[in-house]
Amino acid sequence: MTLQVVATGPSVLVQDLGRLGWAHLGVPRSGALDLPAAGLANRLVGNPAEAACLEVLLGGLALSAERGVWVAVTGAACEVVVDGRQREFGSAVRVAAGETLRLGRPASGLRTYVAVAGGITVEPVLGSRSTDTLGQVGPPPVRVGDVLPVGESARAPVAVDTPRPPSAGPLRLLAGPRADRVVGDAVDLLCRTSYTVSPDSDRIGLRLVGEPLPLSTTAELPSEGVVLGAVQVPPDGRPVVFLADHPTTGGYPVVAVVDERDLWQCAQLRPGEAVGFTRAARG
Amino acid sequence: MQTRPVGRHAVLVEVASPQDAVALAAWARPRGLAGEVVSGAETVLFDGVGDAQALAHALGTWTPEATPPGPEVELPVVYDGPDLETVAAHWACDPDEVPARHAATAFVSAFCGFSPGFAYLSGLTGSVPRLATPRTRVPAGSVALAGPWCGVYPVASPGGWQVVGTTDATLWDARRVEPALLAPGTRVRFVAR
Repeated sequence: MTLQVVATGPSVLVQDLGRLGWAHLGVPRSGALDLPAAGLANRLVGNPAEAACLEVLLGGLALSAERGVWVAVTGAACEVVVDGRQREFGSAVRVAAGETLRLGRPASGLRTYVAVAGGITVEPVLGSRSTDTLGQVGPPPVRVGDVLPVGESARAPVAVDTPRPPSAGPLRLLAGPRADRVVGDAVDLLCRTSYTVSPDSDRIGLRLVGEPLPLSTTAELPSEGVVLGAVQVPPDGRPVVFLADHPTTGGYPVVAVVDERDLWQCAQLRPGEAVGFTRAARG
Repeated sequence: MQTRPVGRHAVLVEVASPQDAVALAAWARPRGLAGEVVSGAETVLFDGVGDAQALAHALGTWTPEATPPGPEVELPVVYDGPDLETVAAHWACDPDEVPARHAATAFVSAFCGFSPGFAYLSGLTGSVPRLATPRTRVPAGSVALAGPWCGVYPVASPGGWQVVGTTDATLWDARRVEPALLAPGTRVRFVAR
């Protein structure tokens, strides 16, 4: 079973849970940026959590099915059309043999996820099918004319699924290893500052525009390992929240860490939108 | 050994030297103390820590002598780089002496970063600055220096390091059992061709 790619928007990538255990060799973890949305799509079509799906930036994807298959579209809400007929977003949808699934452009949010029963079965690299945009590990970006292999579906689709995507709110902040590089309390300052999303944000990092954080020194640190969700502050004082394709080591101070449960929001924030932080409860 | 918190599931451990960072990471990785054990220049990051108390206890039992030396790799190199004269100026020697001095150095891969398989090799005594203006494209296999580090570009990429030579060794191949030729802990010798 295959899917033929008829059209793409700005970016379509194969993503799964990511490539864990290789950070010491300089390999980013990668994986779906909005993991709750990708997980929901997989559950709706009866896939296991580790199945690979498509991460679609700002819609525009069209896929033609070789054989009948169940699909589910989640994440940034958009029109779901199968051979001209409007179908439901966020539920299992049948695409018959020869029919074409088309996604519209989301009115809000950035990334829509398409899961296919059986999963996208491109060749895994280092245990994952994810495309890493920083180190170019994994499959190349999906292009028009590509023929995507689809695996055997193991289970029937699910009509109703919980939990639904979590609700948005301020990003919860935990302590970072170099908070002492900030003049004042790093978490307090981040919570009190109004930020917006910079247009040069990507899968590597959510770059923030706002009043620069005061640093006690702009000297680089000896390079050290960096975690997903790290809030790194370069010498210009403008924080970057590291997302799935972040470099594994870096020399700018990490002054706080975003709770991993809130990172899905970073996948969906558009350039110019406001970003707020709050101090995470302990535990 | 000082530890610093990194969010909810990670700890950054500060050690005395790149040698200690490599040794601690190599010792800790097979012990399953964390999902990722990432050495840095003077730190080891433990990310995805399941049991913080078990990690703290294990760290208390480690000494730098507890880690055997890593494997050794010889890299054939042609010293034809465009920055030999600049490096010679910083090392206060003749450009002809740079290859011999570089090849006589016993390097150890301290950590990876920048791109998959790009290893920061420690062992140099002198230091050289980065290029004021990075090159837009440095060819794969370029052997280059910056600060106290030596590195070899696994793939062509932009770069600001001072290039002294070229190797035809394959630094990175995701299909190999050991994808990175110069994984942290590997001892490296350059052999002039």
